[in-house]
Amino acid sequence: MSIDTETARKVAHLARIRVEEADLPALAGELSNILTFMEQLNEVDVSEVEPMTSVTPMRLKRRADVVTDGDMQDKVLSNAPDAREGFFAVPKVVE
Amino acid sequence: MTSNTLTIEAARNALRKREITAVELTEACLAAAGASAKLNAFVHHTPDLALEMAKAADARLASGDAPSMCGIPLGIKDLFCTRGVPSQAASNILSGFTPEYESTVTTKLFADGAVMLGKLNMDEFAMGSSNENSAYGPAINPWRDGLTPGGSSGGSAAAVAADLCIAATGTDTGGSIRQPAAFTGTVGIKPTYGRVSRWGVVAYASSLDQAGPMTKSVRDAAIMLGAMAGHDAKDSTSADIAVPDFEAALTGDIRGKKIGIPREYRMDGMSDEIDVLWRRGAEMLRDAGATIVDISLPHTKYALPAYYVIAPAEASSNLARYDGVRYGMRATLDAGDGITDMYEKTRAKGFGKEVQRRVMVGAYVLSAGFYDAYYNRARKVRALIKRDFENAFADGVDAILAPATPTPAFEIGKKSGNPVEAYLNDVFTVTLNLAGLPGVSVPVGLSASGLPLGLQLIGQPWQEAELLNHAYVLEKSAGFVAKPAKWW
Repeated sequence: MSIDTETARKVAHLARIRVEEADLPALAGELSNILTFMEQLNEVDVSEVEPMTSVTPMRLKRRADVVTDGDMQDKVLSNAPDAREGFFAVPKVVE
Repeated sequence: MTSNTLTIEAARNALRKREITAVELTEACLAAAGASAKLNAFVHHTPDLALEMAKAADARLASGDAPSMCGIPLGIKDLFCTRGVPSQAASNILSGFTPEYESTVTTKLFADGAVMLGKLNMDEFAMGSSNENSAYGPAINPWRDGLTPGGSSGGSAAAVAADLCIAATGTDTGGSIRQPAAFTGTVGIKPTYGRVSRWGVVAYASSLDQAGPMTKSVRDAAIMLGAMAGHDAKDSTSADIAVPDFEAALTGDIRGKKIGIPREYRMDGMSDEIDVLWRRGAEMLRDAGATIVDISLPHTKYALPAYYVIAPAEASSNLARYDGVRYGMRATLDAGDGITDMYEKTRAKGFGKEVQRRVMVGAYVLSAGFYDAYYNRARKVRALIKRDFENAFADGVDAILAPATPTPAFEIGKKSGNPVEAYLNDVFTVTLNLAGLPGVSVPVGLSASGLPLGLQLIGQPWQEAELLNHAYVLEKSAGFVAKPAKWW
């Protein structure tokens, strides 16, 4: 599978990573190279196989849906690049 | 000999007999770590915290109630969140991040009285096999300047091999404990998936990630794994099964055990030295009374491509949290930039090249139209790889012997040009992560150029005790005692 510049642009946007226009062709080449490597998987007959969902066969434990932790607003916000008045602050999202 | 060269076993015994204090041992390690800048293994030093913890350990030792890890100075991989201490996963996007909480693994180790010397270098978000993808710059192999210690737990391996600490924590998603251990003449075990809690360990690929010890001997690995392992309600994939006494399992008796030699692991590009070492390792186990049998793991060659679909897919999801809002850095924004600009600029500036590449590959293989062709197909192949191992174990194989790496440690910069070539380093190690199996890397010999070479033993799920006993026999037979000559 060969990735073109347009697809590389789309993938970068899906990943929310800014890639400069001039760097897109090189990115497309790298991604193509990696995807070609992955295409070896097409040699395998997987028609009778279920995709693996759990590494070890175990039932996930259940727990009561109750609050077990909290009341630590200061700690939650302590690492935020921009926190104001007890909230995370971000650029304007609604015009 | 200074005390920083001790094993956990020797340090424990000396501490309990009061031949040395935890403070003295910690000071020796702090001195070694403080004079190791050229290795770039320690990236955050915590000497004040270390001495405080050592004093508490001494009090506990004096009271006679001290677990094996009490007073043992450790290096902690930067991937583990440690309260009040920078925990960056070697990424610029987490610069300045000091967690308000402690990972379960470090909580358990510290509860047993272990001492933290500082945080260790690694590949960014554990993505890499040479420690070159690090915001701190590469860690250097103490065996020779200019060589990689491997990765992603490169700082851990370098620190243990150079006696900057008694032991270190590592994590292994595709070989990140076993490959650096092999490159540095140290011991590293990746436990069964679910044996050790992942809570508080920065996530790379959650269905593959597993933490483990990196040590100077197999016995040390057994001791430290015992302190790290166990059920944790905060990690839903952590197994609620008893943790055996791994150290007590080291009987040195493997008579009658069946060791499988997988024929598919003898592949192109493997150095002759590794091939010879592998045969010698099999002879050692045979001489100890084990039976050596050829086995087939037919889907081995598809493990790498499956891994490089599944791991980036999970990474793209896990790393979505780094958005410049809740922790870490935020890129400088221009007037009028909206929230999407903030995400995109922050992630472009904060993530290194390889992390960006994997996040984008992951986004691609999970995107509409490609999910079945790549991601689901890889998960099916993963099921087949696991089945290969199950078949071998069902045929009565107790453990599998394989190389840990295709070559000895290589030069920094040698494989950084081509991502796919760099990925080939993980060829012998990723299969276990895909199958969730435990594996241990043991130093067995030196290459013609004087570099350590390791072999890998692979065990059945939850059978780390038996696996470590096999490793113990291999270690004793190999008698590997070489140490790097100090140049740093």
